[in-house]
Amino acid sequence: MKATKRPFGHVFGWPFAFPTYIIGPVLVICIWQIASSGGLTDPRFVPPPTKVLSTWINWIFGVSENDQYAGTWLSHARDSSYRVLVGFAIAAACGVSLGLVIGWFRSAAQLIDPVVQILRPIPITAWVPFAVVFFGIRDGSAFFLIALGAFFPIVVNTAAGVQRTPLMLVRAARMLGIRPYMLLPRVVFPAALPSIFTGMRIGIGLAWVLVVVAEMIAVKSGLGFVMWDAYYYVRMDIIIAAMLSVGLLGFVCDRLLIFFSSYLMRWSRGL
Amino acid sequence: MNRRIARTEKEIARINIRGVSKQFFDIAQSQEILALQDIDLEVGHAEFLTIIGQSGCGKSTLLDVIAGFEQASAGSIEIDGKPVTRPGPDRGVVFQEYALFPWLTVYENIAFGLREQRIPMPERDTRVREQIEIVGLLGFEARYPHELSGGMRQRVAIARVLVTDPKSLLMDEPFAALDAQTRSLMQQELLAVWQRNQRSVIFITHNIEEAIFLGDRVMVMTPRPGRIKSIVPIDLPRPREVSSTEFNEYRRKVTHLLQH
Repeated sequence: MKATKRPFGHVFGWPFAFPTYIIGPVLVICIWQIASSGGLTDPRFVPPPTKVLSTWINWIFGVSENDQYAGTWLSHARDSSYRVLVGFAIAAACGVSLGLVIGWFRSAAQLIDPVVQILRPIPITAWVPFAVVFFGIRDGSAFFLIALGAFFPIVVNTAAGVQRTPLMLVRAARMLGIRPYMLLPRVVFPAALPSIFTGMRIGIGLAWVLVVVAEMIAVKSGLGFVMWDAYYYVRMDIIIAAMLSVGLLGFVCDRLLIFFSSYLMRWSRGL
Repeated sequence: MNRRIARTEKEIARINIRGVSKQFFDIAQSQEILALQDIDLEVGHAEFLTIIGQSGCGKSTLLDVIAGFEQASAGSIEIDGKPVTRPGPDRGVVFQEYALFPWLTVYENIAFGLREQRIPMPERDTRVREQIEIVGLLGFEARYPHELSGGMRQRVAIARVLVTDPKSLLMDEPFAALDAQTRSLMQQELLAVWQRNQRSVIFITHNIEEAIFLGDRVMVMTPRPGRIKSIVPIDLPRPREVSSTEFNEYRRKVTHLLQH
């Protein structure tokens, strides 16, 4: 018998391959359901998946009106996404340009890098009081916290990518008569692109962490705000639905970034 | 002194190297290392010079200095009477590890130099397409370097410098990573290109047969500090037959020089 590897679905004789990646999540949901409805946990604190799902659907579509959250999901998800996108855009613009400068010019590295390295270990949550005093309970606070958090991984990875530019490529370009100021855009930037995207992926993940932090404290809308608000009413079903919403939206953002980067880096093998 | 040996008497040398030494500070051993010592060399306008020596003898350093990637610690290098201060498209360099831009297609890699030198578009395109045909890469224009074999990558690297029409070619073990068959084919193609345009070529190798097959002269270097041990003019008609008695005579001579 030939020992060829077949898709899982063929075991059941299905015409299409079984999507094996759903097994894990389904298993977790099953255990959760059994634990919750079997009385192992208090359903007030850990509502069963069925309850979360119906709450979620009502939160999104507003089927039944006797829930104060009914039909409000879209506006909160939109607010959170908007804050993530603006904050991340600021972080990417500043992080990439500053990272290129730090990585390429030794004098700039000596000037800026120590500042970056000292500020970087400070947890972004430590900036919350400062953000609220400076920007108030408004979008500005959220933008600031998200941009600051996503900025550090982007700047550090960009600078590292620039410094790892193969010497041979720089020599080849110089030998081919490149004007010195064109080295950065034509050789160093594309060579650093894989590192830049690594930094951006870490950055977008952090942006979703920080939008929740910012909305719990520094603004009055969005999924993070809903979580904190629902906490006062002990609405654990809403809190879990909000958590899963953040997880899904973060996942979509990461996929979009991967899609975008593999298009820009179609010259590289795999990724 | 080998300084005055040019291929023919009436030729004025293109590359003039006088008393070049190169010192490095080796961080690992924390001491100064003399990589090159008192190199005097002239390379003629259409001369093919091969350099051979054991690894670590400074032959790559010599090429880096001529290319302008490194500054000599002492001595001078002149190309057509002008001192070398920095790399430039008059000296096309072909690296052993190809050093192609992985994010550019074959076409874009070959067009890189002309674009950076701001050669306008219709002419640039004509020259690139011509060169693609000469090195046999027709049909591969849109491929990326990682999609090519080693031999094809080296063709792109050679085409990339030839298209800018350099006066000299500096080649650092360009065929070392290729299999024997591809290597032999590339050697013949390189000779054909060289004979058509009559450029000065400095070609580094650690392969004795390759050095004799290609070179008008073979320069043998001593191990560190790198010095010129001897320059052997190869007086064989081209195309050369590697299995001939005369070729073997040279092989024996160069082998002897390398070992003693």
